[in-house]
Amino acid sequence: MRTERPRPRPPALAVLAALCGLLAGTAMAADEPAAKEASAEAAPKVGEDWQSWQPNTNVTDLASVQRGARNFVSYCLGCHSLKYERWSRVGTDLAIPPELLQKDLIPPGDKATQYILTSMPAEDAVTWFGKVPPDLTLMLRARGRAYVYQFLRTFYVDPTRQTGVNNLRLPTTAMPHVLSELEGLKAAVFKPAAAAAGTEASEAPPLDHFEQIAPGRLSAAEYDAFVKDTVNFLDYVSEPTQAARRSLGVWVVLFLLVFTWLAWLVKREYWKDVH
Amino acid sequence: MADHAGVADDEVDLSRRKFLTRATIATGAVGAAFAAVPFIESWSPSERARAQGVPTELDLSKVDEGQMTTVVWRRSPIYVVHRSADMVKRVAGHNDQLKDPDSRSSDQPDYCKNPLRSRTPEFMVMIGTCTHLGCLPKQRFAEGELYPNWPGGFFCPCHGSRFDLAGRVFDGSPASVNLRIPPYSYPKPTSLIIGVDEKGSA
Amino acid sequence: MAVKTASGEPALPPGRAPVMARFWGWINKRLPAQEFIDTQLTGYYAPKNFNIWYFFGSLAGVVLVLQLVTGIFLTMFYKVGEATSFDSVEYIMREVDYGWLIRYLHSTGASAFFVVVYLHMFRAFLYGSYKKPRELLWLFGMAVYLALMAEAFMGYVLPWGNMSFWGAQVIVNLFGTIPGIGPGLVEWIRGDYGIADATLSRFFALHVAAIPLALLLLVALHLVALRQTGSNNPDGIEIKDKLGADGRPLDGIPFHPYYTVKDVVGIGLFLVVLALIVFFVPTLGGLFLESPNFEPANPLSTPEHIAPVWYFTPYYAILRAVPDQRMGALLMLLAVAAFLFVPWLDRSPVRSMRYKGWMSRVALALFAFSFVALGYLGLQPAEGLYVLLARIFAVIYFAFFVLMPVYTSLERTRPVPARVTYHAH
Repeated sequence: MRTERPRPRPPALAVLAALCGLLAGTAMAADEPAAKEASAEAAPKVGEDWQSWQPNTNVTDLASVQRGARNFVSYCLGCHSLKYERWSRVGTDLAIPPELLQKDLIPPGDKATQYILTSMPAEDAVTWFGKVPPDLTLMLRARGRAYVYQFLRTFYVDPTRQTGVNNLRLPTTAMPHVLSELEGLKAAVFKPAAAAAGTEASEAPPLDHFEQIAPGRLSAAEYDAFVKDTVNFLDYVSEPTQAARRSLGVWVVLFLLVFTWLAWLVKREYWKDVH
Repeated sequence: MADHAGVADDEVDLSRRKFLTRATIATGAVGAAFAAVPFIESWSPSERARAQGVPTELDLSKVDEGQMTTVVWRRSPIYVVHRSADMVKRVAGHNDQLKDPDSRSSDQPDYCKNPLRSRTPEFMVMIGTCTHLGCLPKQRFAEGELYPNWPGGFFCPCHGSRFDLAGRVFDGSPASVNLRIPPYSYPKPTSLIIGVDEKGSA
Repeated sequence: MAVKTASGEPALPPGRAPVMARFWGWINKRLPAQEFIDTQLTGYYAPKNFNIWYFFGSLAGVVLVLQLVTGIFLTMFYKVGEATSFDSVEYIMREVDYGWLIRYLHSTGASAFFVVVYLHMFRAFLYGSYKKPRELLWLFGMAVYLALMAEAFMGYVLPWGNMSFWGAQVIVNLFGTIPGIGPGLVEWIRGDYGIADATLSRFFALHVAAIPLALLLLVALHLVALRQTGSNNPDGIEIKDKLGADGRPLDGIPFHPYYTVKDVVGIGLFLVVLALIVFFVPTLGGLFLESPNFEPANPLSTPEHIAPVWYFTPYYAILRAVPDQRMGALLMLLAVAAFLFVPWLDRSPVRSMRYKGWMSRVALALFAFSFVALGYLGLQPAEGLYVLLARIFAVIYFAFFVLMPVYTSLERTRPVPARVTYHAH
């Protein structure tokens, strides 16, 4: 559970956000960006500040990472692999019992000791998408949390694309919006050309706001929580040892401080000879 | 400097100096010992080795009576012999020629500490590396194949160790204990899994 | 050594001596262990006024050992090859017990090496440690620095991430700017028509065997030269000029125990900082481990911002500041080589900044600032204001060296004290 205090906000929205949090089984209600999202819902300009969206996830939040693992298996594993991560490792690190792991996460026929590999053949991927979907094991380390978070939240309808959607974070992405059944579909309203002056062609077009044109199964806050959990899982996968690293580090630093203090006492004693 | 009785506070206190030096050296030694742990640990079997060392399954219907098949478990060959009724009979009757007929000093799970050294009479499962120096004993199943009263078993080509059809070592062999037996079980009557038994995964 | 210490073994009658002393005597008949201790540790007199800047020499030694030990262990798991390098690094990070720790120690140690060496070099500038009679000491130190740069560059290629690949591409192509032989030389270095398996394998061999051996030899020479001249000190005066009745320098103290116990404190502090980085921010925000290097090498896609690791960026900024390929490479080379001439460029009658004039002080401050600024600019995209600033700082950088004979001989220096400045605490 997060312990941050919620920002003051209209009571109705707070209740709504809290409900969403409950529905998603998360504590997102108290989370600051969720508040941002909620208040943005009230204002017409959703998404103008998408480039500053931060997931603010916490990889030690085991429940969130577990939900993220489930999200990954349900929505990402169809095309993307985690080729350096074993199922058994996910089980151990995320405290998922072996039976549950086998029943709920591991695709039928795969073993727990195997790496997490998609069943989609690479040749088919090239036929369907023009390229092989990238392996996601190290995506978080290579691109950062914010990148993946913003990517998953800035799909918009674009009839010129083969997939019917485009993306602000990765324009002309070959990836279809696989989460549209959850998020629904958004249209992107860009700023008029005058406002765009001064930005380079390579940059993403300046967005004025998103317009929800078809609802999904999740509310905006629920979808945000869903994406955050997924990002959190990918954060864990990108460096499974990070929790061990930090907890060991505390002891090492404390030990070294004691040692240095002792060494300093010795130095002071000996240097009393030096005048 | 040798006698520090009555020296002022900021003057040299040799016993304090000695104590602090020893404390620091001791702490440093403890630190060095801890620092060595990751390097030593890095040599133990990695996640990959452990993943490859998982239990091995075998479909027993593919092993004909009187035949043997070899599967690999944890980088060791595992001999699985489908003993015929005649072969089962030939395990008995030569206890006086064996070094360890009751497998007292040999290495096997408790459920294999019986005359046939197996869970069921038909299937003999054992680690196929000679307990002498690790060569692979060859199958010599036929009666009299090695010498007139040879009851059938295994013969190690490296140094001449001989084992019967339950992997028990004969007198006069350089090996001193019987062939080792891995933990194994039968999840189904026709399938064998090596590395798993009632006690869990090895 | 003519004088034997009181604990010297020969004083004890044979047969009665305690076991340890007899063993020590046995050793010393066959190996000059006691003599080494007497001449190099307890009998080696160092100036008593060393300050915090004098920690970095011993720290460089500590990092060298750290890199050797962690490097040897990484070699046990790393598999060199286009198809295996990247995967094997992830194997180390994930599947080898404590592999992540050994790898982070090595990658952080590489940066720590340069931090320590740069501070060590700055110390030399501060107190004139390169001046006569320590020119060779300085040159051996510079040779260590050059070997270290080669070592670090080739080590950076080994994980075979996308930055490894493009870093190798850019640096190797620098050799192509040499007139005439350039293109052929580049092909020879790569062993293929692009950076490839052959390049990776030879860099591996150089990184794990050839350059470390050279480094150890150069470090040994550096230390031997140091023992020959004795250490300089913050006052920049020779302690050997003022000897006591016992023939020892009046301002000197035995290296052991005084500087060994002091250096251990420095090592402790250093390890605290190292541990904080290794355990809590091993990538240091992309400065020690760059994020594009978590993507495998891709010859068809250059990372958006391509910059070398921070310790090379001052030179890289100079390279990019010049709008001509060949001149840029030449100036970069000169920027490194300039250090070699410093002992002969400095015409000041005094060594230490404490007694040099204001011109030297301003020059060193400007130079140090330029070096850091160029380091920052080398990490930024080469466009607009960044390039202009890089040019300005590059000019200051070179002016520091070129004008050194002028300002060091023009300025008025202050009188040097007869004895070192030291206040007992």
